[in-house]
Amino acid sequence: MMDARRSTETSARTVCRRWFVRDCGVALGAIAAGLLDRRAARACDDPPAPRAPHHAAKAKRVIYLFQAGAPSHLELFDHKPELAKRNGQLPPAEILKGYRAAFINPNSALLGPKFAFARHGQCGMELSEVLPHTARIADDLCLIRTMRTEAVNHAPAQIMINTGSQQFGRPSFGAWTIYGLGSEAEELPGFVVLTSAKGTSGGASNYGCGFLPTVFSGTPFRSAGDPVLYLSNPPGIDAESQRASLDAIRRLNGLSRERVGDPEIDARLSAYEMAFRLQTSAPELMDLSDETQATLDAYGVRDPNAGTFARNCLLARRLVERGVRFVQLFHEVWDQHGNLTAGVKQNALDTDQPSAALVADLKQRGLLDDTIVVWGGEFGRTPMVQGGNDGRDHHNRSFSVWLAGGGVRAGVTHGMTDDLGFNVATDPVHVHDLHATLLHLLGLDHTRLTFRFQGRDYRLTDVHGSVVDGLLA
Amino acid sequence: MNWVWAIAGVIVGAAPDADVDFQRDVRPILAEHCLACHGADAINRLGGLRLDARDGALRGGESETPAIVPGKPDESELIRRVESGDAEELMPPPSHNKPLSAAQVATLRRWIVDGAAYEGHWAFRGPRKAPLPSVAQAAAHPIDAFIGKALADRKAAMSPPAPPPILCRRLYLDLIGVPPSPEEVDAFERESYDATVERLLASERFGEKWARHWLDVARYSDTNGYEKDLRREQWKWRDWVVDAFNADMPYDRFLIEQIAGDLLDDASQPQRIATGFLRNSMINEEGAIVAEQFRMVEMFDRMDCLGKAILGLTAQCAQCHSHKFDPLTQEEYYGVFAFLNNAYEAQSWVYSDDERGRIDRIAESIRTVQDRVRSERPRWIEEFTAWSDAIVAHPVVWEPIRAVELGSVSGLNHPTRESDDSILMKGHTSADIFLVADPDLAGVTGFRIETLTHGDLPFRGPGRGRLGNWAIREWEVWIQRPGIADWEKLKLTQPIADFSEPERKQADGKTSSGPVAHLVDGVEETTWNADRGPGRRNEPSAAAVSLETPLAVPPGTRLKLVLRMADMVGRCRFSLTRGTSPSLPATDHGVAAALLAARDTGSPDARTAVASDPAVFSAWMRTVPEWQPAVAEIDAAWARFPEAATSILHLIEREPGDARPTFFLDRGNWDQPTHAVEPHTPAALHAWPAGAPRNRLGFAHWLAARESPLTARVAVNRIWQSIFGTGLLETPEDFGTRSPVPVHRELLDWLSVDFMEHGWSHKHVIRMIVTSSAYRQTSDVTPGLLEWDPRNVWLSRGPRFRADAEVVRDVALGAAGLLHHRLGGPPVIPPIPKNVLEYNYTYPDYWTPAEGTDRYRRALYGFRKRSMPDPVMNVLDGPNGDTACARRVRSNTPLAALAVLNEPIFVEAARGLALRVLREGGATDAERTKYAFRLCAARFPTSAECDTIMSLLDHARARVGDGWLNPRAIATGDSAKLPDLPEGVTPRDAAAWTLAARVLINLDETLTKN
Repeated sequence: MMDARRSTETSARTVCRRWFVRDCGVALGAIAAGLLDRRAARACDDPPAPRAPHHAAKAKRVIYLFQAGAPSHLELFDHKPELAKRNGQLPPAEILKGYRAAFINPNSALLGPKFAFARHGQCGMELSEVLPHTARIADDLCLIRTMRTEAVNHAPAQIMINTGSQQFGRPSFGAWTIYGLGSEAEELPGFVVLTSAKGTSGGASNYGCGFLPTVFSGTPFRSAGDPVLYLSNPPGIDAESQRASLDAIRRLNGLSRERVGDPEIDARLSAYEMAFRLQTSAPELMDLSDETQATLDAYGVRDPNAGTFARNCLLARRLVERGVRFVQLFHEVWDQHGNLTAGVKQNALDTDQPSAALVADLKQRGLLDDTIVVWGGEFGRTPMVQGGNDGRDHHNRSFSVWLAGGGVRAGVTHGMTDDLGFNVATDPVHVHDLHATLLHLLGLDHTRLTFRFQGRDYRLTDVHGSVVDGLLA
Repeated sequence: MNWVWAIAGVIVGAAPDADVDFQRDVRPILAEHCLACHGADAINRLGGLRLDARDGALRGGESETPAIVPGKPDESELIRRVESGDAEELMPPPSHNKPLSAAQVATLRRWIVDGAAYEGHWAFRGPRKAPLPSVAQAAAHPIDAFIGKALADRKAAMSPPAPPPILCRRLYLDLIGVPPSPEEVDAFERESYDATVERLLASERFGEKWARHWLDVARYSDTNGYEKDLRREQWKWRDWVVDAFNADMPYDRFLIEQIAGDLLDDASQPQRIATGFLRNSMINEEGAIVAEQFRMVEMFDRMDCLGKAILGLTAQCAQCHSHKFDPLTQEEYYGVFAFLNNAYEAQSWVYSDDERGRIDRIAESIRTVQDRVRSERPRWIEEFTAWSDAIVAHPVVWEPIRAVELGSVSGLNHPTRESDDSILMKGHTSADIFLVADPDLAGVTGFRIETLTHGDLPFRGPGRGRLGNWAIREWEVWIQRPGIADWEKLKLTQPIADFSEPERKQADGKTSSGPVAHLVDGVEETTWNADRGPGRRNEPSAAAVSLETPLAVPPGTRLKLVLRMADMVGRCRFSLTRGTSPSLPATDHGVAAALLAARDTGSPDARTAVASDPAVFSAWMRTVPEWQPAVAEIDAAWARFPEAATSILHLIEREPGDARPTFFLDRGNWDQPTHAVEPHTPAALHAWPAGAPRNRLGFAHWLAARESPLTARVAVNRIWQSIFGTGLLETPEDFGTRSPVPVHRELLDWLSVDFMEHGWSHKHVIRMIVTSSAYRQTSDVTPGLLEWDPRNVWLSRGPRFRADAEVVRDVALGAAGLLHHRLGGPPVIPPIPKNVLEYNYTYPDYWTPAEGTDRYRRALYGFRKRSMPDPVMNVLDGPNGDTACARRVRSNTPLAALAVLNEPIFVEAARGLALRVLREGGATDAERTKYAFRLCAARFPTSAECDTIMSLLDHARARVGDGWLNPRAIATGDSAKLPDLPEGVTPRDAAAWTLAARVLINLDETLTKN
């Protein structure tokens, strides 16, 4: 019934190696008496310890470049000459049946794509002219043109694609991943979040732990001030005083441990030691001075201290190099209800080069083989115009996401939308299917990755989702 | 497959020779492995077989082979299938990844041999007080009798009592959440234990500590969540909870007022505030949302909350389909939903007692004036009647315009049509709306707009402005002739209104507000407003406009009405007239409506009664020239009307004519109703009280009934969890069939009954628990004990766990002597790093951290913003209020260590503790160390502990002396600033002690309830 390998493996490790340690006595989901053996129970000492996957994994880690606000698939990834031809005409009545856009009356004129498309790479992937760098890695990409979701407003849709549910309170994809595979980072959290531009509609719940223990939450690293909250010592306290203070804490807690006997104190000891090490490792991580100018240029990092998407892409690579399992970037800029042409162009300028550079860099360092890179937002945009002639509304019937790296079929365009980029025509990929597929690549069976909460075995994919074979190498 | 540690319940001491107990041994196997396909959910049941009920198991499924033959396992199909070597036959199917262990199969065999008796799930039968087990000490405390017996049965015993200082601190943290001072520890050792308990139970701090546990399940927050995550005013509800705990409000009353306080007879302001409980749901105001969709999400959240907080049922499982494991059908889910679904989402001002008095006095002075004028004019009723007859006989007939299409040019708002053809604007507050209609337009001479109140609007509206006010920039009327694409704008003239504010021009020379002329003046910067001022603000208004000539357009011409607004109207209705002069009655629209309503009753009494309505009477007074001085007195009284300092989100039952039906939602989708559902409660739970009203109040009484098998158990279990760290049932949010059967089930039941017998008193149960020997045991643990019972399931030692986030903070500030006690009030803004604030979707420009004493209020009062969880509370596992949280996890992470070491308030606590120790702790470091230790951990330090602190002090002093450290920076945070030092104390002492204090605040023992 239980995965014996996992529990044995875990109990053999020492607690102090871990980044996160926690009290096993309180946080557990429950199980009826008699269903578990003692050894399994002991495995709860250290939940984020590395654990074996369900099956052989193609990938060990994920970098999710989340494009919040919903990028226009029609300006970036989904070439629709027919839409250009029918610019200004009303959409066919039959496709509007039961359809709901967010802002506009769906019966609004069609709006032709704003940019030219061309074929790239050996695979001949069609991409917009505003993505010249992405075009260069076309043969590494798996472009999904047939993504679908239910939600049509930003906050619920972001929560949907990040947690598998429109309702708040569920664990995020990153949290599920750490829950499933544990963390391999010795001195950093397993799930790190980097934000550029502004905060997202979904807020902290986009990378939260939901009903999982707090240790599975994404930890934001920050571009200004302390990279990790409260990392700096208070004014006047230098490294030596800090060390002396922590030595005193360790001695006093050690005395408590002897007297009280509570193993939780060991966990506290190691948490404080890890905190001390983080005071060195986090600034070192964030300090780009050991990167070459060529690397900075490749990513398009102009000011190494500015919290741009480009810098965050480079930091993502540094994080995975240090064993971080899940890195998620949030870049909330893509909500082009108006100013579509200039807005998409600017956003592409800010994201195209660093995203492509990240993939190329990972590849060159041999990391792309077992790292999945995901690029995309929470839904797509309407083929119909919003406002005058330079905006698009929210659209959940189709949108595009690209994947690259570990186990992903490279150099393919998956699925087709109809001539207007409105509905999926072939090979739909629902958000749940994307989650199922990504978990599969990580060696996890989405139907078996469950957490018992309130008597129910919850999954990232709820009761839905199928692995999409067409996305697999 | 479940990860082992996620579901691990440590099984200790299960008596191997015990009989098979259905509740403890069999039901969990069935629930875990069988009932997903063979349970109560008829739609998803496979093979027609159900194993959750004995007759089903004995009858078998479609194969008609009995699954169980009592006494004969070898003839039982169930055993054959679970033991089958054939993968096609084996149950559970291998694809389910839920194989049975050999031990489980053996359990099932023994159960069938014994007769395969089923019992109803323990938690669905009402608790009973079992006789107290007899134990060695005859006069044992009831809790100790149960726990002592269970331990004795396992040849174990309780641990010795905790040392007095440890016990004193434990008691303080559990009862009031604040550490004892050394003097209080000394007093504890002098006075009786019970006296301390009573003193703490009577403290105002008690309510602050215990309210927080309810706030967790009630998902309390100070913001709305979602995207912009705007502020809400809900702290009066939080204070209501604190007050209720302090007053030891009976729990049944506590529930009834929170679910349906507004429906109680003569509901008081606090009782209406109490219904804020259900309003704690997140509110979505994102642009372009369909408001009803997210109202439904709020409803689902309320159901989830009821389940977790009160019933201990996983109610939300039945939102989309009948519950797979527990007897809760989808129909029943919507039956309960229906009780809650007929309320307005109201927002009302909360007045202080003083303000309430002023309001009463205003009403009184208006009454006095009106009585006086009536007595001066004995035949007033005839004159009044003549006036009111003229109003109701106003000759213009207004025909409401029924929308065929509604929208907003911006798309941000989606208005909806109400049954009276008014339109309601919920969701995003937008600058425009439009309505398209196809009425008969022949001969139309003018149009009217009524701005109308509604229970879902702030303060009933009619506007969506901060005060329920509104401001209309322009009203446009367009027509579209058949066959012509373009719309044609009609020229509107002669705007009139029942009321307009006086002209108010802004300094820019363009912006102006007030007169109704602005409604159609073609100038966007000018608005029509009709705010009658405090107390009379939330009233309907009407305006009418004329066409230059009556409309003569072909049939099929469509009409479009557009409103552009500075402050959005929340509800309005448009009408047209064909009369010669589109005029309005010469009085307030609300007054005219009241007079019309009185006439429509047809009763002369109603017409007389309406004259005694002070607003109606005042309106008439305005028409009598010689009464203008009296009218001025009334206006002067209104001018004294107080503006409340805060408001509350709460519930008000919808008016009978506006009742909202509830529908069964297919697969739980808000927009897929199938059939209407009448309010009803689940059949598996206790009966509906005969004669109770089928409304929210009746439901509240049902929830809080003595007969409820769950309500008391869930409450008592939550109390136990707060004190012992884990409930007697480990899953406080789930008492269903998949929850573990508590090892001390009889104790839980005994306490639950005792709770009800003692007036549902929280303080009674808490007193009962903390006066037991079980509570007073030492929490020290030996390796043997740890091996036998690692998680203290059997309670052979005292509770020991990292304190809750709020307590950790309050302990630090309390030790420092900085904690500032003031009961209740608006939330206090804590300092939050800039790099957190900047990543809000909408920057919270109100975020000015509290200074002075407010900065050191209890953590209960800290502002909680959903999309930006407080970083300190968050790393210490405080929930952010997105959903109900019945159980906090307890993590132990480097991020938490960094927060307690370096977060500004904790650092200020360290500095404060240092100064306090230097001020109060004696003249030598040895004395001071003892004092500091007692402030943090309540006990005296050992000599080894003293030595550690002393050597840290020496080290720090030396480094200050050598110039490596700036003592001012350490002691004050400012390298140029000196702290206010007691005589004879040097900055060097202050710096050294700040370092030592920071160490002490971070000790495991300080962070932990021992």
